[in-house]
Amino acid sequence: MRSMRAFGQLLAPVALVVAAGFLGAAVSVTNQIYFVSALINVATVVAIYVFVGNSGVLSFGHISFFAVGVWAAGVLSVPEQEKPATMPYLWDFLGSTTVGNIPSLLIAAAVGGVFALLVGLPLMRLSGLAAGIATFAVLGITNNILRYYEKIGPGLNTFSSVPETTDLTQATAGALLVIAGAFAYQRSRLGRQLRATREDPAAARAVGVSIYRQRLAAFALSGFLAGFAGGLYIHFIPINVDAVYLDLTFITLAMLVIGGTTSLWGAVVGALFVSGLDSLVGEMEDGMTVLGRTIDLPNGSRIVVVSAIMALVLIVRPSGLTGGREFSLAPLTRRLRPAAREATR
Amino acid sequence: MTDVLASTLGDFVRDAVDAQVQIDAIGLGAVFALMAVGIGLVFGVMRLVNFAYGQLIMAGAFALAFASERDWPVWVGIALCFAVVLSISGAMELAVFRPLRTQSAAVMLIATFAVSFLLQSIALLWFGPLGKTATSLVQLQRPVSVAGVEIRKVTIVEIAVAVVCLVVLTLLLNRTSIGLYMRAAAMDFSTARLLGVRANLVSGAAVLIAGALAAVVAVMLTVQFPTVTPTYALQETILVLAGVVVGGMTRLVPATLGGFLIGYVSGVLGGALPSDWSQYLPSFVFGLVILVLLLRPDGLFTRSRGLVERV
Repeated sequence: MRSMRAFGQLLAPVALVVAAGFLGAAVSVTNQIYFVSALINVATVVAIYVFVGNSGVLSFGHISFFAVGVWAAGVLSVPEQEKPATMPYLWDFLGSTTVGNIPSLLIAAAVGGVFALLVGLPLMRLSGLAAGIATFAVLGITNNILRYYEKIGPGLNTFSSVPETTDLTQATAGALLVIAGAFAYQRSRLGRQLRATREDPAAARAVGVSIYRQRLAAFALSGFLAGFAGGLYIHFIPINVDAVYLDLTFITLAMLVIGGTTSLWGAVVGALFVSGLDSLVGEMEDGMTVLGRTIDLPNGSRIVVVSAIMALVLIVRPSGLTGGREFSLAPLTRRLRPAAREATR
Repeated sequence: MTDVLASTLGDFVRDAVDAQVQIDAIGLGAVFALMAVGIGLVFGVMRLVNFAYGQLIMAGAFALAFASERDWPVWVGIALCFAVVLSISGAMELAVFRPLRTQSAAVMLIATFAVSFLLQSIALLWFGPLGKTATSLVQLQRPVSVAGVEIRKVTIVEIAVAVVCLVVLTLLLNRTSIGLYMRAAAMDFSTARLLGVRANLVSGAAVLIAGALAAVVAVMLTVQFPTVTPTYALQETILVLAGVVVGGMTRLVPATLGGFLIGYVSGVLGGALPSDWSQYLPSFVFGLVILVLLLRPDGLFTRSRGLVERV
């Protein structure tokens, strides 16, 4: 019974992601980009969830791991002869090395993971608001250095001529890999220890759990996955440093909180819900026909509508759409068979 | 090599203690201190980190720009600024803060993110990405010469206004009954309620006072930075939030000192860093923030140290 329930907890997010993948394959090519970007969002939000959801500590720094993933995969994937055009000041080593699609994703993940580990070594001693602001400071520093240090990337320029290899298949596979990693972690000994520190730090310490070590492990894993998601992203659209700063931090955290911070199911649902909403309103800006009526919103109203709905969801359902619980059929079967439930009491 | 380093360091120190740089840094610190009070006051009463505070300042600045483009008198512009900022503050309290008051800090923070996004994108729709210019108080940019140092009038105004605001606020908190209620609520909200403090009254008062301070800051910031864009004051708000946590968020005086300190430090660094380093100013400031947080996680100006939750 327990393994059945665990199976369901993995199956539901996987099924949702696969369904999104198939739906994306069915629509027109112009609409397909919405699905690819939603699936990359799933990977990003689940990566953040691995730390924030399991530890209960809010981190604003994860987009910096995402950003170094973008930089690592981007710089190494641009064909060698194209590099001098956008990145004239690169270090020789970076300028003369070009790697393929899959290696660049793995390097992005590794760089993200190592960076998170290094940052986490001192920072994971902090908790509460101090930890939040310290991770924010990391984000600020990362952004500042990527913006102006042109030996490691294009600086303020947009990454151009990165091969656009992240299609629907890769995005789906990537999201599934990240979900599998997150699930394996939260079912593992380490994951359970960290969740214990979230529920009751004092009791967890009393049974010998090191809060520092557990948080550090989750932080590094989460940085690894975020770096991987960053690699997927740069192979999807050309972006510059402004695309991986405050706005992305807030929107991904909002996705997590709206879905329900403390569950994998919540992370996936939140990412798909907000991405879907965002794409829908984006389409309405260009004029969309629903049930014979044309809805045409002025340009730029997308963020207005999305942030208003975000605030509304939080006011109506503060613990998120899923209530922060994993997927379970129990409430459904209970409703169908109230008598059976009475009998087992 | 050592000569170069020594001369760079020498230049840095000479620029850092320069009277001009010092006075500008104190002016910036004064503005940041007022923002820190606005953020700290709301946090104290409601345990809510108001990320949308910068957008209140942005809204006030747009009100000033709106008035200045129509050549309205200065006092009308300032009145409009206060009216706009106070009504947005009130709306935020009623629509968002009040329903979420009992929720976790993370939920409230994300909700203020959403509000901040909302106000930013409304400003973008309304005024466009290039923004507007507020010029009606521009004569305050002119310098006066005091003992050989050129001081811009706005710096004197900033310091004077900050002192006046802080004195008024201290009197309000210590000498009036609403101040007493607010201090009680900041100490222990539920006990204060049991003793008859009305929750809506104190949180409303805290939000409105913070709003009034945001309007004051908007007036002073637009003199220094007259171009008002939708992301106006965003960078400053992030720095002040960091400063407030560095100082010690749970009490108002340490929070204010923290805000002042981060403004002062970034002012001094901005004036003294050699020009090819100045683009890395945010990294230096954030690096210092991390360092201080690691050494004093409970705040630089608080007395309690390393308090672990007791069972």
